[in-house]
Amino acid sequence: MAKILHKEKLSADVYLMRVHAPLIVEERKAGQFIILQTDEEFGERIPLTIADANEDEGSITLIFQVVGKTTTELSQFNVGDDLPVLVGPLGKPTHIENFGKVVCVGGGIGVAPLHPIAQALRAAGNEVTTIIGARNKELIILEDEMRAIADNLIICTDDGSFGRKGLVTAPLKELCENEATKPDMVIAIGPPIMMKFCSLTTKPYGVFTQVSLNTIMVDGTGMCGGCRVNVGSDVKFVCVDGPEFDGHLVNFDNMMARLSSYKGIETESLHKCNVDKEFEAKVEEKK
Amino acid sequence: MSHPSQAEINEQVKILFDEIFNRETPITKKQQLAIPPQMMPAQDENIRRHNLDEVAVGYSAEQARVEAMRCIQCAKPACIADCPVEINIPGFIKHIADNDFQSAIDVIKETSLLPSICGRVCPQETQCQLHCATGKFYKDVDKAVAIGRLERFVADWEREQGTITPPEAKPETGKKVAIVGSGPAGLVVAADVRREGHDVTLFEAFHKLGGVMRYGIPEFRLPNTIIDQEVSTLTKMGVKFQKNYVVGRTRKLLDLMKKDGFDSVFIGTGAGLPMFMGIEGENLVGVFSANEYLTRANLMKAYDEENSATPFYHSKNVAVLGGGNVAMDSARMALRLGAENVYVVYRRTEKEMPARVEEVEHAKEEGVQFLFLQNAKSIKGNDNSRVSGMECLRYELGEPDASGRRRPIVIEGSEFMLDLDTVIVAIGNGSNPLVSQTTPELDVNKWGNLIVDEKMKTSVDGVYAGGDIVLGAATVILAMGEGRKAAAAINEHLT
Ligand SMILES: Cc1cc2nc3c(=O)[nH]c(=O)nc-3n(C[C@H](O)[C@H](O)[C@H](O)COP(=O)(O)OP(=O)(O)OC[C@H]3O[C@@H](n4cnc5c(N)ncnc54)[C@H](O)[C@@H]3O)c2cc1C
Ligand SMILES: Cc1cc2nc3c(=O)[nH]c(=O)nc-3n(C[C@H](O)[C@H](O)[C@H](O)COP(=O)(O)OP(=O)(O)OC[C@H]3O[C@@H](n4cnc5c(N)ncnc54)[C@H](O)[C@@H]3O)c2cc1C
Ligand code: SF4
Ligand code: SF4
Ligand code: FES
Repeated sequence: MAKILHKEKLSADVYLMRVHAPLIVEERKAGQFIILQTDEEFGERIPLTIADANEDEGSITLIFQVVGKTTTELSQFNVGDDLPVLVGPLGKPTHIENFGKVVCVGGGIGVAPLHPIAQALRAAGNEVTTIIGARNKELIILEDEMRAIADNLIICTDDGSFGRKGLVTAPLKELCENEATKPDMVIAIGPPIMMKFCSLTTKPYGVFTQVSLNTIMVDGTGMCGGCRVNVGSDVKFVCVDGPEFDGHLVNFDNMMARLSSYKGIETESLHKCNVDKEFEAKVEEKK
Repeated sequence: MSHPSQAEINEQVKILFDEIFNRETPITKKQQLAIPPQMMPAQDENIRRHNLDEVAVGYSAEQARVEAMRCIQCAKPACIADCPVEINIPGFIKHIADNDFQSAIDVIKETSLLPSICGRVCPQETQCQLHCATGKFYKDVDKAVAIGRLERFVADWEREQGTITPPEAKPETGKKVAIVGSGPAGLVVAADVRREGHDVTLFEAFHKLGGVMRYGIPEFRLPNTIIDQEVSTLTKMGVKFQKNYVVGRTRKLLDLMKKDGFDSVFIGTGAGLPMFMGIEGENLVGVFSANEYLTRANLMKAYDEENSATPFYHSKNVAVLGGGNVAMDSARMALRLGAENVYVVYRRTEKEMPARVEEVEHAKEEGVQFLFLQNAKSIKGNDNSRVSGMECLRYELGEPDASGRRRPIVIEGSEFMLDLDTVIVAIGNGSNPLVSQTTPELDVNKWGNLIVDEKMKTSVDGVYAGGDIVLGAATVILAMGEGRKAAAAINEHLT
C-alpha cells in the first residue's frame, strides 16, 4: 500500500501526485518507472515514469495525463488514499555522462519523464538545451522546473499561444544545422509520433538520439513480451532492455500500431490516434 | 468426442463397488487387474467451453476406492522411483482402498507439500504412472493406476474436511531467510524453512501469489482457491509476504543480506522470458506470447469483462503455436474468451506432444482443432498492422534425432494460408534474466539458468536457487522437489 501525500492539477487533464514509497526512493535513478494499479483485484497495470523523488518525505512524484480508464480512476484518488499496487523502480536507468552539448526534447506529458533526466545530465556537466512542445499554452507543464535546469529553454505551441508557433522539430533542426550549436546527444520523450520525427530530424546530421518508449506493459519484468519493439534487427523488451533506445533504430510505425492493439475496446484511443494524425499532417505540411 | 456423464459414471461405479467391497472371498490379483480404469468425471464440454470452472470435477469416494483397488501393491513399486519426490504410492493407495483417507493424506504429506496441486497438474503419464505394473499388464500407460487422481482425491477430501492444521514451527532461531518468487519452489522452501523456526519473508513481483500456478495455469485446470489455501497455511505458520517487490530492482539481491540482514536467500524466480519464433510478422498487432495472453486472462481476470479493467483481444480465428501444456491452456482459454476457431499448430505428431494427455483430450472435446506436422512460416498483416493470416508449411517425420524423437522435415513447396486474426506463441520460456543481470556475482549457464551445486547452492555463499530458474521451463513437482532440497541445505547452513 502506498499513501498519496500530495495531489495537484497541472493542466486540464494532467495531475501530479507524490506517493509514499521509501524503498523506491532509495533505489530509483533517472529514467526509471513504476507500475501501479488502482484496484488489486480487477485493475489494469499501468506504467508511469518516476518524475522526481523526495528523500526526506520518502516519496516519489508521478505526473500523468488522463487518457483512459486507469488514469481516470487514478485522478479520482485523493491525499490520504492508498494505492493498492505500486511496484518499482523498473527499467534501466538512463545512461548519464558528460556528452558536451545535449538537447532534451519533451512533448506534452513527456516533459515529466524528461525532467529528472535533464536534471541528471546537467549535474553531469552537460550544456543543456531544452525544447518543450505542447498543443497550446494550457498544456505546458513544468516550465519553471525546466527553466531552472536548462541553459537554454525553447517553448513551442502548435497554435502559437505561447513561445514559438510550430512543432519541436523546427528548433531541433536549426540547432543541428548550426555547427556552433550542433548537439552531441539528443534525448526526446513524448508521443511516439513526436519521437519518430525528432529521430528523423537528427538522423541526417548523425546526432545520437535517444527516445523513451511508452509501450503497453503488463508485468514490467520481462515475462509477457507485450512491450516488445523492433530496434534495428533485434526485438527488445522495453521494460527490461529499455525504456530508452537509439531513436534511429526504433521501428516507430510498428510500435504505434501495437499501442493501438486494443483500439475499439478503449474508446479513448480514437482521440490519441487523431492527435497522431494531426501531427503527421502538420509535419507533412511543413516539408 | 464426448465424455461419459456424471450419472453414467456413478451408475457404473456402484455396481463395481458392490462387487469389490461386498464380497465373501478375498479379491485375487487377477480380479484386481480386471477392474476397469475409473474415468475422471468432467463438466460437459458444451457448457465448460464457456466458463472458467474446473473441468475435471474429481473422483467420488466410491470411485476412488474402486480405482485404488486397481493397484496390486507391487513388492518393488516402479511408481515410487518415477515420482520426483518419491511419494509412498502403494502406501497411500492402500489406505484409500481401506477407506482411511486421513492416513492416506498423511502418507503423501511425508514427502509432498502440494498434493492437491500435483495431483492436478503433474504429467503423470511420464512420471509415476509410466511404469506402473497395472498399466504394463495392459501394455497401455493410459490404463495405469490413476495415481494423480487418487492423490488429488485425498488432498481435496482433507481440504473439504476443513481440518488442515498448519505444521508447527519450532521455536524462533532469530535467523532470517528471504525467498524470491512465490511459485511452487518458493512456497515449499518457505514452509520447510519456517518449520525449523527461521524468520521467513517471501518477496513476489506480482500483486498475487503462486507464480505460474496463478498467472499461467488457468482456473479451469487449477482453481485459485487451492493456491489461496496453500498460501493461507503458510501465513498461519508465520511466513511473511511482501508483494509488489521486484528483487533486483526494488532491492538488489545481495542487499537483502547486506542491508536488510537476511542470513540466507532462496531464488525461485522461474522461467518467464517468452520465446518467439523469429519469423516475419511476429510483432504485428494480434500476436501474443502465451504468457501475456494467459496473464491477462488469469491474473488480470480479463474473462470477467464486466469487472476487469484489463482489455483483451476479441478474436475469431486463433492459431496457437506449440504442443505443450502452455499451448493447450492458451487454446482452451481462447475458446473461453469467445473465439470461434482455435487451431493448435504443431510441427510433429500427437505422439510427440509434450502436453499432458488429459489436457489434449479435454482440448479436443472442447473443439480445439489440431494441425499436426505443420508449422508457421510467416504471419501476414492488413493495412492496420493487424494479423490477417498465417503462412504455414507441412512437415513429415524423418530419422530420429539425438533425443530419440523423429525429426520433422519440411515438405518443400507445401505452403498454405490460414485465415486468422490472432496468433499465440507458446513455444517455451527462457530463464528470467532480471536477477542475474542485476547480480553479476551469480554464475549462469549459456541459457541464463542459475548454476547450483548438488545442494542447490549458487556461486554466492548463503544464496540458493531452484525450480525453473535452474531447470529451465520444467514442472511444478520438479520445482517443488528442488525447493525441498534447497530448504534442507538452507536449514543446514543456518545451524
Ligand atoms: C515506461 C513508461 C512510462 C510512462 N510514463 C508516463 C508518465 O510519466 N505519465 C503519463 O501520463 N503516462 C506515462 N506513460 C503512459 C501511460 O502508461 C498510459 O497513458 C496509461 O497506461 C494509460 O492507461 P489508461 O488505463 O488510463 O488508458 P487506457 O484506457 O488503457 O488507454 C487509453 C489510450 O492510451 C493508450 N495506452 C494504453 N496503454 C498505454 C501505455 N502503456 N502507454 C501509452 N499509451 C497507452 C491506449 O492505446 C489508448 O489509446 C508511460 C508509459 C510507459 C511504458
Ligand atoms: C501455461 C503453463 C502451464 C503449465 N502447466 C503445467 C502442468 O500442467 N504441469 C506442470 O507440472 N507444470 C506446468 N507448467 C510449468 C510449471 O508451472 C512451472 O514449471 C513451475 O511453476 C515452476 O515453478 P517455480 O517456482 O520455479 O517458478 P514460477 O512458478 O515461475 O514462479 C516464479 C515467481 O517468481 C516471481 N518473480 C520473478 N522474478 C522475480 C523477482 N525478481 N522478484 C520477485 N519475484 C519474482 C514471479 O512473478 C513468479 O511469481 C506450466 C507452465 C505454464 C506457463
Ligand atoms: S507428485 Fe506427481 S509424480 Fe509424484 S505421485 Fe503425485 S502425481 Fe505422481
Ligand atoms: S506400480 Fe502401479 S500397481 Fe505397482 S504399486 Fe505402483 S501404482 Fe500400484
Ligand atoms: S511488460 Fe511484460 S515483458 Fe515487458
